[in-house]
Amino acid sequence: MNEQLVPIYVMGKKYDVPEGLTIMKAMEWIGYKYIRGCGCRGGFCGACSTVYRMPGDYKLQVGLACQTTITSSMYLTQIPSYPNPKAAYDLNKIENPAKAILEVFPEIAKCVGCGACVKACPQKLRPIDYVAAALRGDWEQTAEMSFDCIMCGLCASRCTGELVPYNIALFVRRYFSKVVRPKPEHLINRNRDIRNGQYDLAVKALAEKSAEELKKLYDQRQFEKI
Amino acid sequence: MSGYPVSMQETIKKLEQTRSSRLGQDVPRLSFEGREKLLKECHPDYRKDSIRQISIGPNKGQKLTNKLVDLLEAKSYLDPEKVNLEQVDFDVDVLVIGGGGAGVSAAMIAHEQGANVLLATKLRIGDSNTIMAEGGIAAATQPDDSLERHFLDTIGGGRFENKRDLVSVLVNDAPLIVEWLKDLGCMFDTHPNGDLVVSFAGGHHRKRVHSCKDLSGMEFMRVVRDELYNKGVPVSEFSPAVELLMDEQGNCAGAVLLNLETEEFSVVRAKSVILATGGIGRLHPNDFPTTNHYGATADGLIIAYRGGANLLHMDAIQFHPTGAMWPEQMLGQLITEACRGNGAHLVNKNGEHFINELETRDTVSSAILREVIDRGNGIKTPTGGEGVWLDTPLINIRGDEGKLDRMFAGIVHRFTEYGIDVRKEPIMVFPTQHYQNGGIEIDPEARTSIPGLFAAGECSGGVQGRNRLGGNSLLDIFVFGHRGATSAVNYISSAKVGKLTLQHVREYHRELDAAGIKNKMASPLLLPDYIRDEVKKRRYS
Repeated sequence: MNEQLVPIYVMGKKYDVPEGLTIMKAMEWIGYKYIRGCGCRGGFCGACSTVYRMPGDYKLQVGLACQTTITSSMYLTQIPSYPNPKAAYDLNKIENPAKAILEVFPEIAKCVGCGACVKACPQKLRPIDYVAAALRGDWEQTAEMSFDCIMCGLCASRCTGELVPYNIALFVRRYFSKVVRPKPEHLINRNRDIRNGQYDLAVKALAEKSAEELKKLYDQRQFEKI
Repeated sequence: MSGYPVSMQETIKKLEQTRSSRLGQDVPRLSFEGREKLLKECHPDYRKDSIRQISIGPNKGQKLTNKLVDLLEAKSYLDPEKVNLEQVDFDVDVLVIGGGGAGVSAAMIAHEQGANVLLATKLRIGDSNTIMAEGGIAAATQPDDSLERHFLDTIGGGRFENKRDLVSVLVNDAPLIVEWLKDLGCMFDTHPNGDLVVSFAGGHHRKRVHSCKDLSGMEFMRVVRDELYNKGVPVSEFSPAVELLMDEQGNCAGAVLLNLETEEFSVVRAKSVILATGGIGRLHPNDFPTTNHYGATADGLIIAYRGGANLLHMDAIQFHPTGAMWPEQMLGQLITEACRGNGAHLVNKNGEHFINELETRDTVSSAILREVIDRGNGIKTPTGGEGVWLDTPLINIRGDEGKLDRMFAGIVHRFTEYGIDVRKEPIMVFPTQHYQNGGIEIDPEARTSIPGLFAAGECSGGVQGRNRLGGNSLLDIFVFGHRGATSAVNYISSAKVGKLTLQHVREYHRELDAAGIKNKMASPLLLPDYIRDEVKKRRYS
């Protein structure tokens, strides 16, 4: 295989690696065996956040090592962890969420709206906006705007107000989903019946059928339409 | 500009030409017998080199998936003679091993029930296949659905080899688990009145998969992890268990943990152990790519097997029909079944659909393999790969214009990075290893055959039979995470831990020697090995 090699700088050290690889696969091609800085390898877990610069460009760029293809001459460093001691809270005891958010995350008031978090988000979210929504008590907006967050830590690493935006977002999403949204009737009804044992006999009868009877029932199923 | 090379764009035109005619005609469902025939012809489980007989241990003489046998027939990572079991570093009621959905829920519930818990995990809390599950959680919560219907779909999906008592509790607990997650603050997709949105997954005859956009597992994981932290349950990250500990009575009594960073071992004495170590994907069964997390190396199976636990259905591996085949950077990554559940067709190079997209995963994967390998109807990539199209634009056409952005934002985002607009262009897919259908045999209380050892989630076996249905895994982890915790807490009320021993490891080594097996590997594997041979050759020390 005639692979085209391109230079990259891993924590300053130059390596020539095949073009087209992701940063993660390039690191492994070089010979790194990950303990940290690698997780799901599919863009979900936030373990492999990476910062890099291109020569001649002062701009700091971000990406997930598992999702970002290498670019010739990039200077990169992974940031596998960022300190974020999480404040504990009891979701069942929150009566006034606007007050609670200031108590649990007092630093939220330090957001100066600089927007560094927006530039740092590999998911292209706008923490500046969801933090503002949280401050004005718009729980649904905060929840929707922050939903794709993978808690990689990059926004917290760049925040001039020293917030950990994703912890605030998670608090709000949980409050919104638990308390603001009503619990569906169909779920309440089904679980009341389950707790009363209403289905026990029917499930037991099915579980006791012969394999032949079950196969017959299986082939006779009527499918709901898409 | 399209993110697809010109050679691949030709077949997209054919797909577009047949789209309107395909809309009117569903491919008929196969009968159970028709499905069995297709599986035996095309499913990777039936390839000659897929499974082999294991020569020692509880499953001796049975055939298991090849790469697992390699590790089961290896000696321990640990030298039992070197471990000082007198020096106990942690002394707890319940040791939970594994930091995915099963482990975290088990730790949380055991803690709530008053036990002194330690959760140890190989990587970070949340590093797991749970976090990568996109589609959602199955439960019969709708008025026109029932527990019996869910039971029938699950057991047929598993080819009627599931342990029925496990399926009974799975479907019974399902709506309760959905409520538990909702009460913890998981952001389920809802209708304006608050009712839960449900979708299809393959093999279900009712819509019953509850989603949180296409990041369902991540949403569940970050919420349960947050609650675990809120409750202050002690955790030890980067600390995989490398062997279980037994006491003289043969009860499970803890584990030896390895600090991956300092390479120091520690001894945990525990009255009970809950294994929740997940699956096998990173061993790459049949050399397929995998959707699985970096840590999915079957560690729990290895250490439980050495302790004497029986494995079930470990010759049945799940290949997910729709792993990404293009761009290369995304090879093997999961494209959720919910795409098909919401109307996307699978289409060959001639623009034809060739299987009902909502058949079970084993069936759909086999049909894709048949289409590409046996019939030559695949679409070739410039780098030698081959696959079929998943016609994602149909999701918006059959739903509404905003549906992909609303329900599949993650997929839209990840492909946009590579210049592919899945609202307008299809996704190229090919089967990818996804799930270990079997595992350590458990009963409805999540007990294994070893007293004091419980198992939950993907590392356990029996509930899914030979093929799991979509939505039943996010369910399984929490159902048996809860049950394992409750059982463990009940068990410890009368459990007394005797003198700690690694005698079972010594005996296992002796059995290996007696069988004449000389395997250079050490297990558990802990981390997959992706270092090139060229690099290894130059490591002279």
